[in-house]
Amino acid sequence: MADREQVRKDAPRRQEQEEVAEEAPASSEQGEALKAELDDLLDEIDEVLETNAEDFVKSYIQKGGQ
Amino acid sequence: MAIPKIVGIETEFGIMVRGTLDWNPVSASSLLINAYVGTEVGSVDDRATPIAWDFIDEMPGADARDIMPPEFALPPEVETHLVNAVLTNGARYYVDHAHPELSTPECRDALSVVLYDRAAELILVESMRAADEALPPGQEIVIYKDNSDRKGNAYGCHENYLLDRNLPFGQIITAATTHFVTRQIFTGSGKVGTELPGRTRSEIPYQITQRAEHFEEEVGLETTLKRPIVNTRDEPHADSQKYRRLHVIVGDANMSQVATFLKVGTSAILFAMLEDGALTMLPLDDPVPAMHQVSHDLSLSEPLRMADGTTMTALEVQWNLLEQAKAWADSHGLDAVGESCGKLVLERWEEILSGLESDPMSLAGQVDWIAKKRILEGFMARHDCGWDDSRLGALDLQYHDLRPAKSLAAKAGLETLVDDEDAEIAIEEPPQDTRAYFRGKCLQKFADQVVAANWDSIVFDVGDDPLRRVPMLEPGRGTVEYVGSLLEESETVSELLEKLGA
Repeated sequence: MADREQVRKDAPRRQEQEEVAEEAPASSEQGEALKAELDDLLDEIDEVLETNAEDFVKSYIQKGGQ
Repeated sequence: MAIPKIVGIETEFGIMVRGTLDWNPVSASSLLINAYVGTEVGSVDDRATPIAWDFIDEMPGADARDIMPPEFALPPEVETHLVNAVLTNGARYYVDHAHPELSTPECRDALSVVLYDRAAELILVESMRAADEALPPGQEIVIYKDNSDRKGNAYGCHENYLLDRNLPFGQIITAATTHFVTRQIFTGSGKVGTELPGRTRSEIPYQITQRAEHFEEEVGLETTLKRPIVNTRDEPHADSQKYRRLHVIVGDANMSQVATFLKVGTSAILFAMLEDGALTMLPLDDPVPAMHQVSHDLSLSEPLRMADGTTMTALEVQWNLLEQAKAWADSHGLDAVGESCGKLVLERWEEILSGLESDPMSLAGQVDWIAKKRILEGFMARHDCGWDDSRLGALDLQYHDLRPAKSLAAKAGLETLVDDEDAEIAIEEPPQDTRAYFRGKCLQKFADQVVAANWDSIVFDVGDDPLRRVPMLEPGRGTVEYVGSLLEESETVSELLEKLGA
């Protein structure tokens, strides 16, 4: 178990996490961009989503395979 | 010393015919594949030749544990009567268990697998187009790259790794089980709801993998019932004195190339480490419930019970395996998994674990279950609905739709590792660095005289003589390096056979 603990503490992500925390102000801008991107994606999905969702999901029946 | 980790994946696709209620999946799969292999056959650039698969060496009932299968565990049937084609890129394209299935050619590293998996998707897209021309107006075949109909029926995306026969199978079981259970946190494709009897969607609205719930045993020969985490099928398709082919049946089919890359790349590294005696095992106390638990734990924080009585989360196990892998790379080098590819696997593995730990949503471009979750949660917020809305089930399925205009995965902004121009080439051209090169090139050059082919041999008809079988028991030979000039210099099959000394 001691080995495992050591591996965890040595892992480089700790440092990265701290860096991310320091950059917090910049990430709200990034957050806006991500939200806009998701909105565009959802617009596109609304256009192509199967029209009768319930029937579509019900009719998707496959034979078991491997 | 670790041997080269030659690897390939086989994907069973979901299939539907739209526009009619009168269809069956076996005929639809046959029509799909025949439509593809029938295109442009005979032209100079034919991408596929209807060469028959050769079943002579198929023994899917052989068990790696060296025991006879018990009465109730019937060995899998070999379906010799269904469509079965070998493609010029070295792949096999066929009907299996009422699904179209495509096995990539043997690949030398994980990046090559990603390329041939993308080529496989493009082959299915082209197959749908060709099949639609043969169907009555208003009907359409649609292919889904998923693993379950969400009603209890599952189908597989299997990986195959070349291992040293000297490696004790017991070690493989322990190492593989722990990795397969915990790697799910980045290999899962995501699924709305649950297929476990007695459980409901209100208890489990969304989970990490499609396949986990379909596993009921730790070890076994089955692939279609009572599926085991470690499959013992012992069918090396190579020199059985030297090699084993580990047939891995637990994985989800991935839409994300990064997920396919890491699924194959991390596993190949761990098997190479095992061969080098450089892996400290972390056996789980009870792998089957742990497998379900990891799939259901979206918080990635639930502890798993280890065999030594301690607990670790799936993420902690993966950090441990990564640190061991990095130490192995320093001491042994990465030759076994391909030097540059292996380096990339280690880098991306670390990046993904860091992301999962600090901000999983930051991996919406790399990890399928997260990409899908982002779409589902965005949709629920926009339309003010909950997990019980039937549109969520439709989104879940449509993520895996392979029609470019309909596929939600194609719109989700997933990072790619290979260019589609290269994948277009890989539809016809075999990898140059495995025996798939010899298979593919023989089909390109001597299609008329190839009677049949399979993973480890090709049968030629050279005219008056009896048929000639060329064995290919070494997956690492038959490469451009070994046979490139020989193939180029041979005008006829007889010349080729003479030069091969066959």
